[in-house]
Formats: sequence, C-alpha cells, structure tokens
Amino acid sequence: MKALRNVFDKIRPNFEEGGKFENYYKAFEAIETFAFVPGHVTHDGTHVKDAIDLKRTMFLVVIATIPALLFGMWNTGHQHFLALGQFTDLGAGFMDKFLFGAMKVLPIVIVSYAVGLGIEFGIAVAKKHSVNEGYLVSGMLIPLIMPVEVPLWMVGVATAFAVVIGKEVFGGTGMNILNPALTARAFLFFAYPTKMSGNMVWVSTEGQATVDGYTGETLLAQSINSSTDYIDQAGVAYGSVSDTLFAAFMGWVPGSIGETSSLAILLGAALLLATGIGSWRIMLSFFLGGLSMSYIFNLWGANPFMNVDPWLQLAMGGFMFGMVFMATDPVSAAQTNTGKWIYGFLAGFLGIMIRVFNPAYPEGIMMGILFMNVMAPLIDHYVVEANIKRRLKRTAVVA
Amino acid sequence: MSTEVKDAAAEAPVKEPAEPLFSKKNKLLLTDPLDDSNPITVQVLGICSALAITVQVKQAVVMSLSVLAVMIGGNLIVSLIRNVIPSRIRIIVQLVVVASLVILVDQVLKAYVYDVSKALSVFVGLIITNCIIMGRLEAFALANKPWPSILDAIGNAMGYGWILIAVAVVREAFGSGSIMGYKFIPEGWLISNGGAYAHNNLMILPPMALIVVGIIIWIQRARNTKLIEEH
Repeated sequence: MKALRNVFDKIRPNFEEGGKFENYYKAFEAIETFAFVPGHVTHDGTHVKDAIDLKRTMFLVVIATIPALLFGMWNTGHQHFLALGQFTDLGAGFMDKFLFGAMKVLPIVIVSYAVGLGIEFGIAVAKKHSVNEGYLVSGMLIPLIMPVEVPLWMVGVATAFAVVIGKEVFGGTGMNILNPALTARAFLFFAYPTKMSGNMVWVSTEGQATVDGYTGETLLAQSINSSTDYIDQAGVAYGSVSDTLFAAFMGWVPGSIGETSSLAILLGAALLLATGIGSWRIMLSFFLGGLSMSYIFNLWGANPFMNVDPWLQLAMGGFMFGMVFMATDPVSAAQTNTGKWIYGFLAGFLGIMIRVFNPAYPEGIMMGILFMNVMAPLIDHYVVEANIKRRLKRTAVVA
Repeated sequence: MSTEVKDAAAEAPVKEPAEPLFSKKNKLLLTDPLDDSNPITVQVLGICSALAITVQVKQAVVMSLSVLAVMIGGNLIVSLIRNVIPSRIRIIVQLVVVASLVILVDQVLKAYVYDVSKALSVFVGLIITNCIIMGRLEAFALANKPWPSILDAIGNAMGYGWILIAVAVVREAFGSGSIMGYKFIPEGWLISNGGAYAHNNLMILPPMALIVVGIIIWIQRARNTKLIEEH
C-alpha cells in the first residue's frame, strides 16, 4: 500500500498544472481516488456528511451482482456440458463447468469495462471533468444481460453506443434518461437480432455434437412455442410445473449470463435492500405489477402462453434481474416515493404484457423498463404537482 | 402587405443596378442554409422525409434533387407573382404552385428512374407538405425578387440535401454494407457466410435516422458555438 502511495506521489507533479501531462490530470485523479480515499475536503458552507458516496454506492451494487455473475459462469458451463451429454448431474464436474463458463464470460466482462471506461476516460479528459464511477455498475450489468454466444465486438459496439448515446450525450452520469445497460441490450437486440435471440445463442456448444433432443431454447421460447412440458438442454422434461418453477428459480436453465438464477439475484437484492441502495418501493411494486399482469393473463387464457403459471412467468427470462438491478437504477427511475410505486408497478406490468402479447420481443421486461424510464420524469412531475396542490389546499393560501 | 410591395417598387430602381449578381448578401443566401440556418439541423424542418428515405444513398440523392427542383421552381414562380397574390389566399396559391411542380417531378422520376421512384413511393408526393418548401415560400419568396429567391431555394435545398445524403451514407454503409448500391463489405465477412461481421439492422430502422441527425447536430453545435441557446 505504502509503495503504491509513493508511486502516486512521485508521478503526481507530472499531472498537476505546469506538468508534462497536465491535460490528463482527470484521468490521474480517477485512478488515484480509485485506490485511495481522496484527501480534498469541502472548505466552506454547510454540507451533509455521509460516509456513503457515489463510489461506495456503485461498488456495493457491483458486489451485489457477484452472486449472479458467479452463478452465471457455472451455469454457462452446466448448459454446455448438458447439451453435450456430459456431467448431466447437477453436482458433477463443478470445476469443469465453472472454468468453462469463466472462460466464456470473463472476456465479455473485460470488453465491456475496457470499452466503456476507455470512452468515459476519454470524454472526461476532453471535457476536463472528473471521471464518474457510474460506469462501474453498467460495465458489470452489460455482460450479465448478454447471451453467452454474443460476439465480443458486438459487446464493444453496444457498450460504446450505450455510453455515448445513452449517457454522455445527455451530460454523463446522473443525467441519462435511459438505463445505459439496457440501452446496450436494446441496441444489440434491434441491431443484431440473430445474435441476441433465437435458439443458437444461449448455450455455447462450440460446434460439437449435441445430445438427441437438444433444442437450445430458453424456457421463454418454449412458452412462446406453446409447449407446456418444459424440457432442459438434454431433452429431459422437467415434469410438473412446480419442478420447472424450481429449476427456473434456482437458475440451471439457459438464458442470458446473469439473469437465470432468481436465487442469486435475490441474494444481491438482499444486500441492496439492507444497505438502502436499491429502492424497496420499486422492487415491490415491480413485482406486484408483473404478478398482477400474469394473473390477468391467466384469467384471460386466450393462448398457452397466457396460461403459464404466474410464478413461473416471473421466474423466467429477465424479470427478476430487471426488477433488482435495472428498474432500481437511481438515475433513470422515478425520484418521488409515490412516483416509484407507479413507475415500478407499470414497468413490471408492461414488461409481462409486452412479453406475452408480442412473441417477437421475448424480452419484454427490457422494453417495459426502458419505456418507463422515459415516462419517469412525467410521473414525477405530476406527483410533485399533486403534492403542491394538496399542500396549498391544506394551508388555504389565498392567491 | 400592400405597403411593403409599394416600398419595394419604390426602392427597386435605386438599388438594382448597384447590386452585383453574387453580392455578399446573395452569397450568404446560398451558404447560410448549409450551416448556420440549416433547415434540418437548426430549424428542424423536413425531418419526416429525412427519416423515411435515408436508408439508401440513391434514394436520398434523388429526393434531394427533386426537392431542389421543386424549390427553385416554387420560389421563382411565387416570387414572380408575389405582387399579385392576394395575401388572404396566398397559402392555397403556394400549394397549387408546389403541387403542380411535384406532379411534374413525379412524372419525370417515373419516366427516368422508375425503380427509385417506386422505392420513394408516397414520399415524392409528400414533398408538397415538406415544411422547408412552404417555409421558404412564406418567409422569403413572397417578399423578395426572383434572383435572390432562386439563390435562397438552391441554398436551402442544398442544406437539406447534404444532411439527407450524410445520414443516408451512414445508414447505408452500416446497415447494408454498401454505398450507392456498391457493396464494399465482402460477402465472406458476414456471419451467415462464416465470417464475423454482421450488418446493423438498427440502422435500417427509422429511429436510427433520428439518432444520426442528432449526432450531426451535436457535432455542428460543438463546432459552431453561436448556435447554442442561452439558458
């Protein structure tokens, strides 16, 4: 630690005014404050002191995604070996599965961080403002919502699009209208649909011979195809609905890297809720929104997809991941407490509605959240207006 | 209105011989719409057609030329008859002029570039409602002499056209891997043929035209800081 401190102190003069690299001071500062608590303090005026600054907030979210990431790595391997007919037992070949998955997932994480942080540093240096920590979270969320077989260059392009068009255009971290990670996914979904949906992208078979009955379909795709007997990658039926629900909840089903396991996501949610970083209002209302839409579809029951068990509907696809990590994004969500209830409920509600009504958009949750991101300022506006009206009435101010 | 006309008539004999064909003021009519008062990026007019027909460069070029022809004709004719149009019905007169010209252009396109005309389909007819054309007739041709009106038409049509073509180049290059129909991405690079590259489908969809126009506006404002509004 001391050695690192010395290194920073030694090269610091180069970056300060008059130094060789004074233009790159912001980049230096970002790396220094990443490693050490910054020494500068506020000098005058009243200010609220809180130990949890933006950097710590962001880091806690990154920690909260780790269960989903680790599980995603194991699951990537598990699905791979299942499709090849090896280690078909859940417990078998743990290290093989985990290492295979890590080899697949880590490059995507690295590309996401390298491209995103590269652009953030470049813009910060060009505009001479501090590098914001916001991308630490987006950079982790982007790989988690990618199919494992997505080409790396597409991850890079999508990340660049999300950071530049989704965030920097509006003024950087804290000013974005849309959730940057979801922007990246939506970009890929519309730009390269063959690599973001279908049966070829969720399980990496690496061109090897697969077992009979292998389809590569996610549970969601199976629902869309009106099958009621869900099968796993080895072609074996899960059996009853509750068995399917259990598999979907635990997460050993194909899907985007980090979104399959509701359990791992809920572990992250527990951390977010305990530290107060994630809004429980949004998570709860999002959940209720999705659940009520699923029940409404059950009552309607016009096609097999509508008749899917409501709890299974929520455990499938990106619903849980969207609820915990995407909808709760403090920047793009509604800011007022009443607004959060409305925002969360409608995001979950619309997510399930889009998913069932339009099978061409299997990941309706993404659309639902993005749509509500756009609507959030409107919701806030009316909540604030209503509050003003109510308080005016109470105090009976005569205009 | 009538007083304006009188003033113009009274001033005309004094000013006309003094002003050369390409005076500074007239040159500005040509160059201003290319950047500082660009009809698309600054006045934000004619956006609909910029979204609809910029998937391919060829369509954008034909569209730009059609608008150029209609604008020159429209501005010239309206400017010639500006003193006899009753101001109360001037909009309908302008519409008649523009509509006739658009029909002419449509016939020419059908005769010589049938495939493009088919691809542009309804958007040729919709040139009539292009806000830029009506805007220039109202704002310029009705109050100016024929020669400046022609320059103004050329300037604005070029301002419209270069944005259209720039957007189309980006969209066609990334969306279909070609420019003017010439494919510069080898087929073997595509994922479907065993390569690693894939065309960006989002570029084909209308929202991307809006984003590309937005990026052009972003670059323009970064270069030309006087366009940035005070808050």
